[in-house]
Amino acid sequence: MPQVTLTVNGKAHTVEVEGRTLLVELLREQLRLTGTHVGCDTSQCGACVVHVDGDSVKSCTLLAVQADGCKITTIEGLAKPDGTLHPMQEAFREYHALQCGFCTPGMVMSAIDLVKKHPAGLSEKEIREGLEGNLCRCTGYHNIVKAIAAAQDVMHGRRSELARAAE
Amino acid sequence: MNVVTPFEGIGASVRRKEDLRFLSGRGQYTDDISRPGQAHAYLLRSPHAHARILSVDTAAAKAMPGVVAVFTSADMAGLGGIPCGWQIHNKDGSPMAEPVHPVLATGKVRHVGDPVAVVVAESRAQAKDAAEAILVEYEVLPAAVDMEAALAPGAPALHDTAPGNLCYDWQIGDKAITDAAFAGAHKVVKFETTNNRLVPNAMEPRAAIGDYDTTSGDYTLYTTSQNPHVIRLLMGAFVLQIPEAKLRVVAPDVGGGFGSKIYHYAEEAIVTWAAGKLHRPVKWTCERTESFMSDAHGRDHVTRCQLALDAQGKFLGLRVQTHANMGAYLSTFAPCVPTYLYATLLSGVYAIPTIHAEVKAVFTSTVPVDAYRGAGRPEATYLLERLVDVAAAETGIDKVELRRRNFIPTDAFPYQTPVALQYDSGNYFATLDQALETSGWTGFEARRAEAAAQGKLRGIGISTYLEACGIAPSAVVGSLGARAGLYEVGTIRVHPTGSVTVLTGSHSHGQGHETTFAQLVADRLGVPIAQVDVVHGDTAKVPFGMGTYGSRSLAVGGSAMFKAMDKIIAKGKKIAAHLMEASVEDIEFDRGTFRVAGTDRSKALAEISLAAYVPHNFPHDELEPGLDETAFYDPKNFTYPGGCHIAEVEIDSETGRVTVVQFTAVDDIGRVINPMIVEGQVQGGVAQGIGQALLEHAVYDSAGQLLSGSMMDYTMPRADDLPPVGVATHATLCTHNPLGVKGCGEVGAIGSPPAVMNAVVDALRDYGVRHIEMPATPAKIWNIINAGRRPMAAE
Repeated sequence: MPQVTLTVNGKAHTVEVEGRTLLVELLREQLRLTGTHVGCDTSQCGACVVHVDGDSVKSCTLLAVQADGCKITTIEGLAKPDGTLHPMQEAFREYHALQCGFCTPGMVMSAIDLVKKHPAGLSEKEIREGLEGNLCRCTGYHNIVKAIAAAQDVMHGRRSELARAAE
Repeated sequence: MNVVTPFEGIGASVRRKEDLRFLSGRGQYTDDISRPGQAHAYLLRSPHAHARILSVDTAAAKAMPGVVAVFTSADMAGLGGIPCGWQIHNKDGSPMAEPVHPVLATGKVRHVGDPVAVVVAESRAQAKDAAEAILVEYEVLPAAVDMEAALAPGAPALHDTAPGNLCYDWQIGDKAITDAAFAGAHKVVKFETTNNRLVPNAMEPRAAIGDYDTTSGDYTLYTTSQNPHVIRLLMGAFVLQIPEAKLRVVAPDVGGGFGSKIYHYAEEAIVTWAAGKLHRPVKWTCERTESFMSDAHGRDHVTRCQLALDAQGKFLGLRVQTHANMGAYLSTFAPCVPTYLYATLLSGVYAIPTIHAEVKAVFTSTVPVDAYRGAGRPEATYLLERLVDVAAAETGIDKVELRRRNFIPTDAFPYQTPVALQYDSGNYFATLDQALETSGWTGFEARRAEAAAQGKLRGIGISTYLEACGIAPSAVVGSLGARAGLYEVGTIRVHPTGSVTVLTGSHSHGQGHETTFAQLVADRLGVPIAQVDVVHGDTAKVPFGMGTYGSRSLAVGGSAMFKAMDKIIAKGKKIAAHLMEASVEDIEFDRGTFRVAGTDRSKALAEISLAAYVPHNFPHDELEPGLDETAFYDPKNFTYPGGCHIAEVEIDSETGRVTVVQFTAVDDIGRVINPMIVEGQVQGGVAQGIGQALLEHAVYDSAGQLLSGSMMDYTMPRADDLPPVGVATHATLCTHNPLGVKGCGEVGAIGSPPAVMNAVVDALRDYGVRHIEMPATPAKIWNIINAGRRPMAAE
């Protein structure tokens, strides 16, 4: 069986996989990182989004062997070791951007990449368009959009709505 | 000392306790659970909508790598069928047709996706590979897909025990009185519509793990359920014949339900039974495309109705004839959806003197249909609210005015409808006025003109709705055919040092119960929510429960907790009286403190609980030690949320695409515990309602193949399909539960589809459009616009 070496959330792993094993299966079943979810089988829902070398990727659409040598970040690797949440996680909590929580890991990972790639900031419309690849059945996206709008200010070091709320 | 900040009790938008684990990837959903030594099940499903099974050859599959076992229905002889939880009676008093629903298809398959065999293997991939090696010989039979075709004489018969594919022919209301009302009417408005079939699509696909303890003989089922105790009862008693004491059902974190995870599904019985056979855990996880052909679908009504009006536009009577699709088998609550959750709602917010409704439930070669968010009430609301708009157009009475003229007066509560329900409270004028103001109703024509200048067609639509939820009095539902009680159970366990565990029979799959229920305890017992732990979803921990559906968690489950807290306070007062050497009548309790009235003598709840568990100084003659109380709460009535939704849409006349540009919801859901969570519930419900109105449709071809059978084909609402949703509440309190709450989980999905469709029709008013069926897809709209243009071009 092929061997894959990859770094997940800062930790190196070498695992044997079948040729057909998907990255999400490696993460969930072999590394027991079950925070990354599988919500569909046609690459529509985005529940499985992780970062591969810094880019958001649907891990159900990448073979594990294609991730050989890559640096992967999953939802479990976002918070600081002391437990401090990433600003996007914090914003999701503050703005009630999650209900059942199933789409949330993929939504958060997509949102972080979306914000990072738009340093000039995103409008509400751009955030909605940027979430094309992620489905949520609970929230109607209203609060997800608000959370991302707030988190982008924090991530880009601008005075944020979140910070204002905290004052 | 117990100190609750005022920001944690009733009315506070407390941030959710459950979020930290969900946001950091530490949620524990069923598929996240791995039991030691587990094998994996994969189900081979029928590719045909209707066929006789001539033979099933599993020999090759059994020889495939990693295969542990292959089972067909022949191996499951002796198991019961999957039971139905509600029995409806026909007009003539005879019971509905209730064909057996075998765990695995027996003799025939009746819909695409009907399971034929199950493979258990070391890995899921091996099980799937082996399933491809099973040889099933089918004799394909003609399918009965469309309801009218299924009811037609000579239609292919799906079940021997359901002649004419009819499940039941039921009625409610008085036909003679209604006929008389129509005979004297100034005007009769006729309307026909289809309520489009939907696929619930909770983001977490269903999953189940069966586990068997060879030492104790105990079974455990982990499952994606909204009501684990109900599953234990249905599966244990009716399918597998396992006594409840030997069967534990755990529904851990569940990723959305919307009704689809209420029902007892074959896969739950399969993995539990197989675990007992194989003496190892067996896990099954649904793939999304598989869920399209195995999760219960929603809606799917075809209805004709007539409304009688007098010369002033007052409603005189309503007649309704509905055909409701049951699919191939009866799902757990399917029969009650188009009857007691639909026809009883046909009075809506209106004073209609007489109503007669007839409902035929039909078996078809499709996936079973059951409750989906709102369940019957969205169908009733859509029918009424489109009908009222059509009536407004045909009488020339303004659509808001027509509604006002027919609203149940605010001083008429309790109000008895002609279709069984008695509404306890409401103020439909208040929610209407608030929504009109918030939405800028009166300024709409200016916005329409502005849109027109940019080549867009703008429309506005209103829906004034009512629903019945918080189901319900057990004695009432029992008399109507429910085979279960519909109370709820709550335990309040005050620990020795004052922290609290709440055990609830309600189940949270996104609703935020861990927070809302903790707020109830904080508000009443004065315990900070950080010291309140809410436990649900495990039959081994929670005494009993009926689960979460029909917006019942707070109205019924919360009321059970309230009653349990009554008992805690009553016992606490006796202990406090003993400790402070006072009379129990003199003890007052307020948010965590027992006080001797009129004195400065007091004891904190934690001092009382410590005395209860370390009873050195304790009234042993009168009380048992401990501070742990359970209450069963059986509601006296349904609750009746209502309100007004207003949608504003813009149509791109070049593409036919409808965009909802503004949505206003003003809902009366009774007392609000956590406004943030309520807003989220309404926004999510509205999104599903907009999905139904504009995007979603489960479409079968004439052979019974589901054409919109994956997320590539079935249009789920995405972020850029939806507007921001403005939510406000206007409370009239429920009069018959101790919290005054009504329920908020379904209002969004119930009120919104007609608001959107009324807006779409309004936008197209210059095109002579009377009605458009859901979903209002771009193709449909483009054809309407261009059909109107052609004659102009020909001139």
